[in-house]
Amino acid sequence: MTSRKTVLVLGGSSDIGRAAARAFARRGYDVALAGRDVAALEPDAADLRARYSVDVGVHRFDVLDTASFEGFVGSLPALPDVVISIVGLLGMQESAQSDLAHATTIMRSNYEGPSLILGLFAEKFLGRGSGTIVGVSSVAGDRGRASNYVYGSAKAGFSAFLSGLRARASRGGVHVVTVKPGFVRTKMTEGMKLIGPLTVEAPVVGDAILAAVENKTDVVYVSGKWRLVMLIIKTLPEAVFKKLKF
Amino acid sequence: MTLVSGWGRFPVVDTDLLRPRSFEAVGDAVADVTGSVARGNGRAYGDAAIGAARTVAMTGFDRVRSFDPATGRIRLEAGVLLADLIDTFGSRGFLPFVVPGTRFVSVGGAIASDVHGKNHHCEGGFGRYVDSIQLATGEGQTIKVSREQNSDAFFATVGGMGLTGVILEATMRLRRVETGWIRERVIAASDLDAAMRALDAGDTATYSVAWIDCAARGRDLGRSLIYLGEHAGKDELADGADAFPVGKNPGLSVPIDLPSMTLNRYSIRAFNELYYRMGARRAGGSHVVSLYPYFFPLDSIADWNRIYGKRGFLQHQCVIPEDGARAALGEILDRVARRGDASFLAVLKKLGQGDGLLSFPLPGYTLALDFPVKGDILNFLEEIDRLVVAAGGRLYLAKDARQSRATFEAGYPALRRFNAIRKSLDPKGNIRSKLSQRLFDEV
Repeated sequence: MTSRKTVLVLGGSSDIGRAAARAFARRGYDVALAGRDVAALEPDAADLRARYSVDVGVHRFDVLDTASFEGFVGSLPALPDVVISIVGLLGMQESAQSDLAHATTIMRSNYEGPSLILGLFAEKFLGRGSGTIVGVSSVAGDRGRASNYVYGSAKAGFSAFLSGLRARASRGGVHVVTVKPGFVRTKMTEGMKLIGPLTVEAPVVGDAILAAVENKTDVVYVSGKWRLVMLIIKTLPEAVFKKLKF
Repeated sequence: MTLVSGWGRFPVVDTDLLRPRSFEAVGDAVADVTGSVARGNGRAYGDAAIGAARTVAMTGFDRVRSFDPATGRIRLEAGVLLADLIDTFGSRGFLPFVVPGTRFVSVGGAIASDVHGKNHHCEGGFGRYVDSIQLATGEGQTIKVSREQNSDAFFATVGGMGLTGVILEATMRLRRVETGWIRERVIAASDLDAAMRALDAGDTATYSVAWIDCAARGRDLGRSLIYLGEHAGKDELADGADAFPVGKNPGLSVPIDLPSMTLNRYSIRAFNELYYRMGARRAGGSHVVSLYPYFFPLDSIADWNRIYGKRGFLQHQCVIPEDGARAALGEILDRVARRGDASFLAVLKKLGQGDGLLSFPLPGYTLALDFPVKGDILNFLEEIDRLVVAAGGRLYLAKDARQSRATFEAGYPALRRFNAIRKSLDPKGNIRSKLSQRLFDEV
């Protein structure tokens, strides 16, 4: 009966996921929140209903359980208009250097799972002839750095996947957005030394995602400063770059 | 450890700053150490929201639990900011009953300070519209306090500066409004007597407040601009105006600490002269303004606290009972004007009775003044405090960073009762802030 649009947020209990859900609900979207722990999503669902009087559903989704993806998509009450993947795992670079299981989890959480689930939605969206796919990747994927290349390489793969998907899907009426937030003050980055002027709060990222969907932006650096920073980092000659410790 | 300060940036204190992610974790954080207090958005000016040992940051708890548009009743987590409430529910026709001079305060902080707004003289403080509170006590237990249940703890928590426990959640009422606009009337008062008369005449207005020129001396002493306000109806708006204006994020900001000499007696006097004349020109008629500039004039400048330089500033906010207020305010203003370094941010306003045991308001006049931290300011404010105490007045704990125990104890006769309730809730004394160490705790 409702003609409202629906947004599906994968990783709905993350700080950026909550912020994105609020931004879309404020705009009048109904919301589907998905995450590993359904009970943890309920307070956020109640928050969205109380604030914006929109319909909100919660769904179980585990990014490592790729075998469940087809069933997950089929179990949704309706195919959403927008799907946003905020799923990811920073992990611990030092452990990942020798602990193959940990490295695998980082790679699967940031590349394999998000790419496969968004690819699946892309097929459904192309079949329908409409829809928007948003992948939250990272500036860490722009160039592998000594301090976080396991995470960064997975994000690089995810960014490349989104780039190719965008080129293909754009011909079928489906838009793909790549978001590179830079430093965001969240649970994931708690305790990290973040550089103040390059750091934003989660709601800024949520608003940027909504704006990118509405304006059909392709690649979003949430803070414009990051575009410049990463341009410099990307153009440093390898001989210089390998001497840097960051 | 993390360096933390209040909005006045004085004092700066090293504290164990925790950011719990669940209410259980909040309980654990306060129960397993002596000396914690909750912190909302850090807008208390002094040392109220800094733990003696540990500071528990609450802004992550920003969910609305439920809202009933039929009654305006809302249940929410303590870290929700009033700015968020106004932005989210304003357009649905609901606003908080009470807003202080900044919207960037949390609900928990607003309860703990029992903040007042420009309507305190007729509608009371923030706590009056709070029905119940979920509190994590110093023992780590969660209890519900309301006027009916644990009412002693309720009235100790409203205005209790976070010392009865951590406010986790609250249920409160929002005001139904037709628009987000205020019909404002400006009155120019040429001296203190005229200003106090204008505020008395404004008792029937829902909102009233005076900006007072604390650089003016002699026969201009106490000259003011009085701003009266009423919620505007839809029929009062200009054609095509949105019923609810959009609150912009601060457009201006103070990006660096200004040299502390930026504000001196000459620049302040020149500014005030200009401000008074421009305001006086607008006086008389009434016009409709957005709620944002009416209630939160300083929110449009981000980080305005940096204007006072790196050493920070002190806000001195006192309330003087009506009898004898004229004489005491005259004496205070005269001393301040002679000194010459109080800022242009001086506010005079009438207050009514406070609700909490330690709520700041009492029927009388409140005067708020900002001073940069330098020179002999601490001694000067001690002298002002003596005038306040002699007149039966007291200082606002949410603004305070320096008053003495003697000043505090003289001003808050319910302190003994408050301490007894605090002790029963927290026998081990786990909840302690820098402010409580300075003014409350046994040494």
